[in-house]
Amino acid sequence: MKKKELAVAALENGTVIDHIPSASLFKVVNLLNLESQQGSVTIGNNLDSERLGKKGIIKIANVEFPEDVLNRIAVIAPRAVINIIHDYEVVEKYEVALPNELCDIVRCNNPKCISNNEPMATRFHVESRDPLVLRCHHCERTVPQNEITLKN
Amino acid sequence: MNTRSLVSISDLSKQEIIHLLDVASKFDHNPNQRLLEGKVVATLFFEPSTRTRLSFETAANRLGARVIGFSDASTSSQAKGETLKDTIMMVSNYADLIVMRHPLEGAARYASEISPVPIINAGDGANQHPTQTMLDLYTIRQTQGKLEDLNITMVGDLKYGRTVHSLLEAMQFFNPTFNFVACKELQMPEQYKQFCRERGLAYTETTDFGPDIINKTDILYMTRVQRERFSDLMEYERVKNVYTLTASMLQGAKPTMRVLHPLPRVTEIAQDVDDTPWAYYFEQARNGLYARQALICRALDIQVP
Repeated sequence: MKKKELAVAALENGTVIDHIPSASLFKVVNLLNLESQQGSVTIGNNLDSERLGKKGIIKIANVEFPEDVLNRIAVIAPRAVINIIHDYEVVEKYEVALPNELCDIVRCNNPKCISNNEPMATRFHVESRDPLVLRCHHCERTVPQNEITLKN
Repeated sequence: MNTRSLVSISDLSKQEIIHLLDVASKFDHNPNQRLLEGKVVATLFFEPSTRTRLSFETAANRLGARVIGFSDASTSSQAKGETLKDTIMMVSNYADLIVMRHPLEGAARYASEISPVPIINAGDGANQHPTQTMLDLYTIRQTQGKLEDLNITMVGDLKYGRTVHSLLEAMQFFNPTFNFVACKELQMPEQYKQFCRERGLAYTETTDFGPDIINKTDILYMTRVQRERFSDLMEYERVKNVYTLTASMLQGAKPTMRVLHPLPRVTEIAQDVDDTPWAYYFEQARNGLYARQALICRALDIQVP
């Protein structure tokens, strides 16, 4: 009998995003706009993880994202780990780092904020990292981690 | 951002605040100085606020500027669906300075980022109203002879009242002791109490409004308790009378104590307080003119002799 092989083979070249909390996996997919990717994208979820209990992982073939783009996912997956693969080898590995300012990533929860009523980019400052608290640059309201919503 | 804009009181350093109070004092002595000859000031009031608009327009007029603008968004292009950005860009072609009041929070900050001319925030929703804070500081210094080491009691709606929040932030430089007097529903939000703790500012918190607090107070800052803040109207009826100041409550007050109020008042200060030596809210409102003259000159980088 022919041995079945997993279609999810090791990546030759590209980016692996590991240690994504399961609940945030599809938000990361949205944030990186992966549905518009032409190359192969492998998404795994609810995989056993010592650190997270359950985790998600994303492999994107033949694509490398700028670091500032990847750092955006720290908003929803603060401990995610980025692996850059060249020729089956991990050539770079780092944990995402939340930038001090988030431009047009997060939506303000205040319906009376100008950013929800005018065609404009949102801006948030990181007020605290642990626990994560953001402050809207415009209306000055704070947003705790569990209330953060991403801009579509 | 245009660095001469004023959006929030936290945009100003301690040195700048003190300098602006000194400039306001010059206008107090001589309000008619034609320092803005040939300048045009736009007052864009996307929501009505007669008191604030008249104060700004008087300030600009007494400085010799000309004033353009609107006092209600229904008479502007906003009613036709124009964005704030387009309104600001259009008006900045005509005016040297834009004073704006807007119902949405953050509107003034956004305007200051896109406008080629300075913006002065005359109130953005429940967020900031820095010129009110400057006139409060001016009045406190005028009545007490100093800003340092004062006992400041804030009464009424401490939860939603932006004037008390901004005043609290501005007083951080002057070693105040605060007393927060409010019913359970309208207490000072945790973030402002944390602000005090982080900076070592002393505060007390109570629901009892009486002589114990009043007699040790230097500045009694009263605010309006608004009916719309309450889900239970019975509760509103109870609370509004508990936090009403009457002349009889002031008998043991320090002679130098002064009662302030951002106005308009409704029932929170009884009419019989008006005739006591402690009442100062009408003078406080007049000080808005001098504080705004100082802030307009700052925005236009005009030295006041």
